[in-house]
Amino acid sequence: MYSVNYHRATSVADAASKAKGEAKYLAGGMTLIPTMKQRLAQPGDVIDLMHIGELKGIKVEGKVVTIGAGTTHAEVAASAAIKAVCPALCHLASHIGDPHVRHRGTIGGSIANNDPAADYPAAMLALDATIATNKRKIPAGDFFTGLFETALEEGEIVTAVTFVAPDKAGYEKFPNPASRYAMTGVFVVLDGGSVRAAVTGAGETGVFRSVEIENALAGKFEASALDAVTVPADGLMSDMHASADYRANLVKVMAKRAVGRAKG
Amino acid sequence: MASVSMTVNGRAVSGEVEGRTLLVHYLREHLGLTGTHVGCDTSQCGACVVHVDGKAVKSCTMLAAQASGSTIVTIEGLADGADLHPVQAAFKENHGLQCGFCTPGMIMAATDMIRRHPEGLDEKTVRAELEGNICRCTGYHNIVKAILAASEAMAKGGKAKAA
Repeated sequence: MYSVNYHRATSVADAASKAKGEAKYLAGGMTLIPTMKQRLAQPGDVIDLMHIGELKGIKVEGKVVTIGAGTTHAEVAASAAIKAVCPALCHLASHIGDPHVRHRGTIGGSIANNDPAADYPAAMLALDATIATNKRKIPAGDFFTGLFETALEEGEIVTAVTFVAPDKAGYEKFPNPASRYAMTGVFVVLDGGSVRAAVTGAGETGVFRSVEIENALAGKFEASALDAVTVPADGLMSDMHASADYRANLVKVMAKRAVGRAKG
Repeated sequence: MASVSMTVNGRAVSGEVEGRTLLVHYLREHLGLTGTHVGCDTSQCGACVVHVDGKAVKSCTMLAAQASGSTIVTIEGLADGADLHPVQAAFKENHGLQCGFCTPGMIMAATDMIRRHPEGLDEKTVRAELEGNICRCTGYHNIVKAILAASEAMAKGGKAKAA
C-alpha cells in the first residue's frame, strides 16, 4: 500500500470538512482497503466514517425503513425490525461476502462504491429507495449512474437510505464460485399490483431494471409467468466467468427463484 | 504517522504507526503476536481473523489506526493459562488441521460463529459460515467436526466464552 494519512471523523460535518484533494472516505473498507493494498487506489488521505454515531442505526416506522449508512451488513441481516417488514433485505445482507466482511462492510459504503456485482444496488433500485446524503435526497433510479459511478458529487457523503417496505420482495443471486460476488442477482418487488425487478452483476453499465421481467410479472406474479420470457443479451457483460447470453439466461432463472422466495 | 492505543488480549498497548499499517502487521510486527497469520494478502483467506470489539474481522483488511480504541482478541488470547479454549481443544482432539497455517483464523472464526449461534450448529451452517476461511490443505472435514464438537461442548459446559 502507498503511504496514506489517516483521519477519524467525529461527525458528518467533520468528515466533510476534512475532505480535500485526493482524500477518500473510508467506511467498512471492505473494498477500499483491498484496492489500496493492490495499489489500484492511492488516496493521500482517508477519512474514517465508522465512528460517526449519526450514521448508525436502523429505524422502522410502520412500513418506512431507514438504515443509517454506517450500518453493517451483519446488523441489517440480524435486524428483527427489518425482517418483520422486508425479510428479503435481511436475506440479501446475510449473503454478502463472508461473516468477517459482513461485520465491517456497510450499506452506505456498498452503494457509494456501486460495484456492478454488488448486491445492495439491486435492492435499492427495486425498492425505489431514497438515498440521503449530507446535501440532498436522491432517488435510487438517479443514484446509480454506471460502473462504480454514482450521482454523488466530490465530498458528498451518503448518510442513510429510506424505503417503504413493499407487499412482497425476494432476492436471489448466482454467486461467483470464487468471489461470491453476484454473477447475476435479481431483486423483485410486488407492491400494490406494480412490479419492479432490478438486476445486478449482469449489466455493462451496472445495476438496471429489467423491463421484460417486470412486464411478465405484472400480469401474474408467479415464477411460471417468466417461462416464455426472453431477456435480451444486449448490454450485458461478457467476461471469463460468463458470456452475455449466459447472463441473460441467469437473469430469468434468478428472477424466477426470487419470485419463489418472495412468495415463500 | 498515527497514534494508536487499544486493548489486545487484555493488555493496554499504544504506539505510533504509519497510516497504512494494517492491523495484522501491528499485531505481528509491533506487538510480536505472530499467531495471527497473513495468508493471501487479498482479503480472501481468513488466516488473519481476529476479534475486534467481539466480532470476527480480517485484520489484513483494517488499518491499525481504524482499530485504535478497540478491544482486540487474537489466537494468543483464547487459552486460559495452560487450559486451551474449548475450540482449541476440539481442534486438537479432532485433528482439525493439516499444515496448521489457516488454524488461527479458523479458530477465531469458529469462536465467533459459536457465539452467534447459541441455538447450536449443524454441518450445513458451519460450512456456510466458513465462507471466509480457506484451508489450502482442503482439511475442511475435520475442521467442521471440530467446530461442531466445540459447539456442543460449550453448550453443555456453559462455557460460551464471548472471546
